[in-house]
Amino acid sequence: MTVRKNQAQLTATEKKRFIDALLELKRSGRYDTFVSTHNDFIMADTDSGDRVGHRSPSFLPWHRRFLLQFEQALQAIDPSVTLPYWDWTVDRTPRASLWAPDFLGGSGRSRDGRVMDGPFAASGGRWAVTVRVDGRDYLRRALGANGRQLPTRAEVDSVLAIETYDMAPWNSASDGFRNHLEGWRGANLHNRVHVWVGGHMAAGASPNDPVFWLHHAFIDKLWADWQARHPRSGYLPAAGTPNVVDLTDTMRPWNDVTPADMLDHTRHYTYDTAA
Amino acid sequence: MSRITRRQALGVTAGAALGLTAAGRATAAPEPAAGSSAHPTGPAPFEEIFMGRRIKGGPSRGGGHHGGHHGGYSIRIDGGELHVMRNADGTWISVITHYEPVATPLAVARAAVRELQGAPLVPLTSS
Repeated sequence: MTVRKNQAQLTATEKKRFIDALLELKRSGRYDTFVSTHNDFIMADTDSGDRVGHRSPSFLPWHRRFLLQFEQALQAIDPSVTLPYWDWTVDRTPRASLWAPDFLGGSGRSRDGRVMDGPFAASGGRWAVTVRVDGRDYLRRALGANGRQLPTRAEVDSVLAIETYDMAPWNSASDGFRNHLEGWRGANLHNRVHVWVGGHMAAGASPNDPVFWLHHAFIDKLWADWQARHPRSGYLPAAGTPNVVDLTDTMRPWNDVTPADMLDHTRHYTYDTAA
Repeated sequence: MSRITRRQALGVTAGAALGLTAAGRATAAPEPAAGSSAHPTGPAPFEEIFMGRRIKGGPSRGGGHHGGHHGGYSIRIDGGELHVMRNADGTWISVITHYEPVATPLAVARAAVRELQGAPLVPLTSS
């Protein structure tokens, strides 16, 4: 059974195997198919039209399925690899071991955002950015630029306390747990972390930065934590809602998986700490 | 954290931030679910040189290739189209600064220019 671990607890060997699998997935070309899929949904998901991956109730089950597919692709390369998660309420500075040269590498230099160390630095020649929104083909970051701060544990707890999963208008204006976690309202959790990392993570093609997967693994864990705290609060909406994915509707691009199928993550993996 | 604080952190000028706050509030309350063509007055066109880049924005013709979900408004940076989207609360994001809403098309264009650091936009791709 796959156990997803806090990235701060990984051994040197576990880090190396995760990085090696990422580099191999990138070399094979499969990594970039995930970047393309994400960018397609970012551009197509709108508050007033069809929305599946973002700004809608299925933000959480869509990304759970997306991460599962990515994790399985890594495991096809190295069966020992699982997706680590980044608890940004704890590891909240650019000096965290997450950003060390033996793991994800550090921030970008100021004049062009280019990441200069670690396995994804342009100088290593193994991480050309091909699915991109501007002319730069190297990985970019600006960790904590302009004094930005990552969300705190207290802010996370305030969102986990929200009882209702989601509510009308089922978009970026909604009240409820999903939208407060996604961050279009309130404490601004998920979105703020994208902005804090900066560079590619701040753009629609955010999975170009491998920290995307560690960030979303933590968002996925927070959903599981919320489910454990609110056992009587289910996924909403249940049925008949225009433009959004109801509980038993299938989700693009897979068309064979519903939010209901994704509610129990323990069928696929567990987290290293109890919810 | 409030949107104002994030805007200030982004470095939007004080005047722009104030103007945007007013615009966002004005559109947010009466039509919370509106996204594309439900803003009859719409934001004003603009054209300026910002950090050496020519940015131009205005109502888009015929809804564009994305069917108008970009708020019926198109923005170009040195002639290249910047994919933008209007949120339900009236704020704006682009494909360059996707996770940080700002109050006006001009603010989202300037944010993209700052982020580009001189790099050209590449043509939009969507499969």
